[in-house]
Amino acid sequence: MIAFIMKRVIQAIFVVIAVSLVVAVAIRLTGDPALMIAQGATNITEADLERIREGLGLNQPFIVQYLQSLAGLLTWQFGNSFVGGTSVTLLINKALPATLALAFASLFVSIAISIPLGIRAAVSRGRWSDQLIRICSLVGLSFPNFWLATMLVLLFSITLKWLPPSGMNGMQSFIMPALTMGIILTATNVRLVRTTMLETLNAQYIMVARAKGLSERKVLYKHALRNCAIPLITYFGLQFGTLLGGIVVIERVFNWPGMGTLAFDAVAARDYPVLQAVIMILSLMIVAINLLVDIAYGLVDPRIRTK
Amino acid sequence: MAATISLHLRNLKSLEFILGAVLLGVIVFCVLFSQWLFTPPGAIDLGARLLPPFQDVAHLFGTDALGRDVLSRVAAGGWVSLKVGFLSVMGSVVIGVVMGLISGYYRGVWDVIVMRFADIQLALPFILLAITFVAILGGSLTNTIILLIISQWVQYARLVRGSVLTLREREFILSARAIGVKDMALILHHFLPNLLGPVIVLMTLNVANNILLESSLTFLGLGVDPTIPSWGGMLAEGRTYLQTAWWISVFPGLAILLTVLGLNLLGDWLRDTLDPTGRTSR
Repeated sequence: MIAFIMKRVIQAIFVVIAVSLVVAVAIRLTGDPALMIAQGATNITEADLERIREGLGLNQPFIVQYLQSLAGLLTWQFGNSFVGGTSVTLLINKALPATLALAFASLFVSIAISIPLGIRAAVSRGRWSDQLIRICSLVGLSFPNFWLATMLVLLFSITLKWLPPSGMNGMQSFIMPALTMGIILTATNVRLVRTTMLETLNAQYIMVARAKGLSERKVLYKHALRNCAIPLITYFGLQFGTLLGGIVVIERVFNWPGMGTLAFDAVAARDYPVLQAVIMILSLMIVAINLLVDIAYGLVDPRIRTK
Repeated sequence: MAATISLHLRNLKSLEFILGAVLLGVIVFCVLFSQWLFTPPGAIDLGARLLPPFQDVAHLFGTDALGRDVLSRVAAGGWVSLKVGFLSVMGSVVIGVVMGLISGYYRGVWDVIVMRFADIQLALPFILLAITFVAILGGSLTNTIILLIISQWVQYARLVRGSVLTLREREFILSARAIGVKDMALILHHFLPNLLGPVIVLMTLNVANNILLESSLTFLGLGVDPTIPSWGGMLAEGRTYLQTAWWISVFPGLAILLTVLGLNLLGDWLRDTLDPTGRTSR
């Protein structure tokens, strides 16, 4: 077991290093940040540029800068933004909770819809409600997330005037963004729940539970669902990347003050310290969650370890 | 009872195929022949700004803020999506299948490379990769296609690798080897034909997914040049007029939805037909 965990941890560290290296190299390719900062200022001399570079630590060799950025990830220090010189840590500390809150809200919506629907589809396998759920899931899979978001705004904010169209102000501003990502995730999750449930329903202990005369509701939600929990949690965990990717996009539609908005503003302003920090943090989180899911699965199911 | 159910299911399956084929057929036809079917998408008519849909036969889907016909722009805009979807998948298939064959067949260092790439791909969602690269290279049609290939080839490599690993232990491969069939011939005549089904299924679903990714990239202003009509670009423009002119935001999105749905329906049907063991299941 320890060997298995070590192997997974080393793989995860490798991925983090590879991703951060790609991002760091890519960002260095864009040209001299000192020139970008100096843009707009008149009569800049070479000495001024040199001073800016020194201030940003850009006069050091690439490997030193790279290691510093890795160290920054560990100490949660990401330097200063090129725009206005604000501490990147401060910006991240504001944006990350907004994005994570949305991620959990979306996951909650998706679980609340997909588990009852998935169970329903599995139980009525092949009958019309199963087919209906299957078609709905296919349609859901085909929705562009940002367009679904726009259509919700059109319906709930503009036509019905029930919900605020954008921003993060109180619980009600969570409804539309969480619903958007919740629906998108549900399209995949319903199928996962259905497949997992179908496998479980064939098990003998389900037959026993039914033979005991337990109500169908108890059989499904207590005995069957509990045994689906492990694979389902794994799937939901592995979806974290997709979820974050989607949230980054729809944050734009809802002007959500999260990591996506931070990243797009950084791209527009060529604010590389911010961009680098956002991408490194998001990928680090995805790797960490995948790792945790893997280890948890290995703990519960010994067969995984030897694979 | 069982017979009627299976008959019923088979009907539904073929319904899926018909619906997917019709949807996709109509859209591809309109896009390919948009030049002849509709007015030029760039024609500006300031006298007919923001006309609502279904009121004028000349502007069935209404007009945008410059008086351009939304219907002809939707038809012309599909060209970008179809091109990006098709070319990016072609590129990914070629790279992915070759890498998958090499890593599954020869194992060793190739195998390690492919699997580590798969790990990285899992950790870096497409949109983050895209943001990074667009910040550097700028957005364009070619860059969008290249980005999609970079992020998608691994799926094919993993699929092919997995299938080769099981296939290489099968009797017909072992006997072909035993009678001295060369590596290349073995791959071409024995492995590839057995991989075709799942790869085609994955391709269909992948075109659908890449069209979604391209449109979100363009919507965010990181993809295709906004002066070229494209579904994502039109939706980005439409945001400004959402309060007053909903049709600018509705029709291009509907076009994406129906195209992707058509491809997903076909992919689903193809999976049941070509890949009954479900190697490409999601």
